[in-house]
Amino acid sequence: MIHFRKTFMELNVSVKEKKRFLSSAVQDKIVHYIFLLNGIFTVIILIGIFALLFSTAIPTFKEVDLFGFLAGLEWNPTSYVKEQYGIVPMLVSTFMVTLGALAIAIPIGIGAAAYLSDVASPKVREIVKPVVELLAGIPSVVIGFLGIVIVGPFLAKVFGLYNGLNALNGSILLAVMALPTIISISEDALSSVPQSYDQASLALGASKWQTVVRVKIPAALSGIIAACMLGMGRAIGETMTVLMATGCAPAMPESFLGPVRTLTSTIAIELGEVAYNTTHYYALFAVGLVLFIITFIVNFISDTILHRYEKVHR
Amino acid sequence: MVDSIVDIKTTTKADKVSTNQIKIQVKHFNFYYDTVQALKNIQMDIRMNTVVGIIGPSGCGKSTFLRCFNRMNDTINGIRYEGVIEIDGRNIFDKTLDVVDLRREVGMVFQKSNPFPKSIFENVAYGLKINGIKDQNFIAERVEYSLRGAALWDEVKDRLNKSAFALSGGQQQRLCIARALAVEPEVLLLDEPASALDPIATAKVEELIHELKKKYTILIVTHNMQQAARVSDYTAFFMMGELKEYDVTNKIFTNPKEKITEDYVTGRFG
Amino acid sequence: MKNKNVTQFIGFMFLRLCIVLVIGALCIILYDIFSKGLPAISWEFLTESPKKGMTEGGIWPAIVGTFFVTVITALLSIPLGMGCAIYLNEYAKDGKLTRLIRMSIRNLSGVPSIVYGLFGVVLFVQMMHLDTCILSSGLTLGLMTLPWTITASEEALKSVPQSYRDGSLALGATKWQSIQTNVLPYAVPGMLTGTILGLARAAGETAPILFTGAAFFLPFLPKNWSDQFMALPYHLYIMSTQHHAIAEVRPLAYGTALVLIVLVFLMNLAAIIARYKLRKIRLE
Repeated sequence: MIHFRKTFMELNVSVKEKKRFLSSAVQDKIVHYIFLLNGIFTVIILIGIFALLFSTAIPTFKEVDLFGFLAGLEWNPTSYVKEQYGIVPMLVSTFMVTLGALAIAIPIGIGAAAYLSDVASPKVREIVKPVVELLAGIPSVVIGFLGIVIVGPFLAKVFGLYNGLNALNGSILLAVMALPTIISISEDALSSVPQSYDQASLALGASKWQTVVRVKIPAALSGIIAACMLGMGRAIGETMTVLMATGCAPAMPESFLGPVRTLTSTIAIELGEVAYNTTHYYALFAVGLVLFIITFIVNFISDTILHRYEKVHR
Repeated sequence: MVDSIVDIKTTTKADKVSTNQIKIQVKHFNFYYDTVQALKNIQMDIRMNTVVGIIGPSGCGKSTFLRCFNRMNDTINGIRYEGVIEIDGRNIFDKTLDVVDLRREVGMVFQKSNPFPKSIFENVAYGLKINGIKDQNFIAERVEYSLRGAALWDEVKDRLNKSAFALSGGQQQRLCIARALAVEPEVLLLDEPASALDPIATAKVEELIHELKKKYTILIVTHNMQQAARVSDYTAFFMMGELKEYDVTNKIFTNPKEKITEDYVTGRFG
Repeated sequence: MKNKNVTQFIGFMFLRLCIVLVIGALCIILYDIFSKGLPAISWEFLTESPKKGMTEGGIWPAIVGTFFVTVITALLSIPLGMGCAIYLNEYAKDGKLTRLIRMSIRNLSGVPSIVYGLFGVVLFVQMMHLDTCILSSGLTLGLMTLPWTITASEEALKSVPQSYRDGSLALGATKWQSIQTNVLPYAVPGMLTGTILGLARAAGETAPILFTGAAFFLPFLPKNWSDQFMALPYHLYIMSTQHHAIAEVRPLAYGTALVLIVLVFLMNLAAIIARYKLRKIRLE
């Protein structure tokens, strides 16, 4: 072997002679804090969203009382006689459309997830999963457009209506949009049920179907519920689809076949027409705040369920 | 079990290993993961240009111990240590010591060879480049010498620009040794360097260790008792975080003081 | 026994029906858009401004506007998203602060897009006096995309083996050097892949740009970041609900929808192909 130690010395350049302005520990700390600030930025945004919504919403209540806002049955901010700021019709609309969407999307979503995790061959799964993801990639405005040109005329024909822009239309479209979320998270939940569960069940003489329904779905239930809650959060917050497909009459909704106007579409319709810093303008931010709080709660619940579920299965 | 620790100064007299000066001293060293104590009151002196084999059953703390010498454990959350490890008389946990300098002085080779997804040349040059060396001629020479030092030069000299992943497992491990040598360390830590290698590649690495000890002080963790017997001058036996016995290798394998050491080296457990 | 099999047969048929419905929905959407949108596509449609009260002409300004806004979105969300992911994956220790940051990110990804729009109106348009323009819209969309970018970037960082980090630290690299030279080079392609998916979603969003800069109709192309702009999704919304002659412009609306959907899918496809190629390279 060559005595390379000696050669190092001859080369007369040593790594160790390098001088540093700051010790590496200090340098690293600085970089660390820069990235930490970056991380904290996300917290600031979340708080910032809440704070700005809140502070812009507050002036509403100089002229409108909180009870009248939350429990008022009429929303008519541009009335010549008496301006009305009751959000109950919007809340009812939002929940009608959302619950309708969930009624459609949950059974189909869980069914599709169960198909993907327990019935489909690996090859089919490889093809179908990206297809479902593709559905999630379609912009909401396109879905809304299809609500006008396909679902609307279809509903009008089936139910003999003047037009098909109503709560049911919105529900169908939102179901399509919530499906990818529900399917992919439920499928994850079902696939992470330990193999030993279904093998035990099969060994006891249960059929594959019984195993899916009585063992796997119950075992994955918290994950599935979280998936549905996430889908619900998306449906409540969706704007363009409902704006385009639900008719948007600002009155108390009468039925699924009548026009409705959700929290989101009210903001979208009216914010473009109001002058900045008027009561009407502030009231729209109050509506936004209500929307933010509702979705926050829904997401928080699903997050808690999902988190606990992850802990159990680790 | 503290009193079982051997005073090297008395034991080396009988041994043919040269009585070089002491390179590393471990004094009353304790190590904790959160609340679990992984190392208990370790005392140990290591002489310059010797190979110290560290043996013991899985989970005895030997890898943790090895990773203390270049403070690689610092990257883990919730660790804590007490006591002192001195290299050339300087405490490596001293606040004024730059851990980056320490790691350059104390090279490490990991259990699983971990070449970077770069060319063979770039792998060896990596340590130089991150230390700010830009002189291309110097880098090229240093790469050659390091590869020669790791007995790999003849096998790779024609394909220095090929990916390091194209090498065999044994070659990859020697590449990692070359990479560590390039930054001119004084101590080498080898964490089961041959555990994933076939017998021929293992023999080559062991031969290399023999050569390397002329220039470096080497600590090697190994699972394989024969390997410890073959390559090390001294052997330390760890169990459940305690240093049960530390002596000249020959003595540990033929006439250990402790019953439990004998049980272990003769294969009665572990 | 026979009973059991019948139940199973019906049950599985139901599951199959579910997946067929999902795929069927996608097929109907794509078929309708493509079959009715393709006839509207022409060179003129893609390269000219709308004419005669938007009853004729093309969508070029909307394509340009969407492109510019997406550039701003990327400029905001890529560096911030990557930085946050680097913090979470490389530096953060498990503690209250880390949990708070993670919780914020998850909640941000659940905030409705129209709420981001409101936030953008107050922060960028009013407080920062940017007025309604490409910049305000792009920044609003950038904030909306941020949680997706962070999640995707963290995935990419996680896929870099720990041994690369340990190996370079053991050679005397500082932590930041190790990240720069031995982690990021292998994570950045994956980070960008995930980010493109997020940008594709942002490019298709309408609600956040409604009040922050998107314009109904502009006879000229935006020249500056402080100009208003036309955007594809907003243009589709206008053409399908707000136009005075809706039936007449329906083919144009279909054409716009087709261009939008193709644009979004192309971005998705680019990301998927990039991911596939990267995986292959890594295996070699």
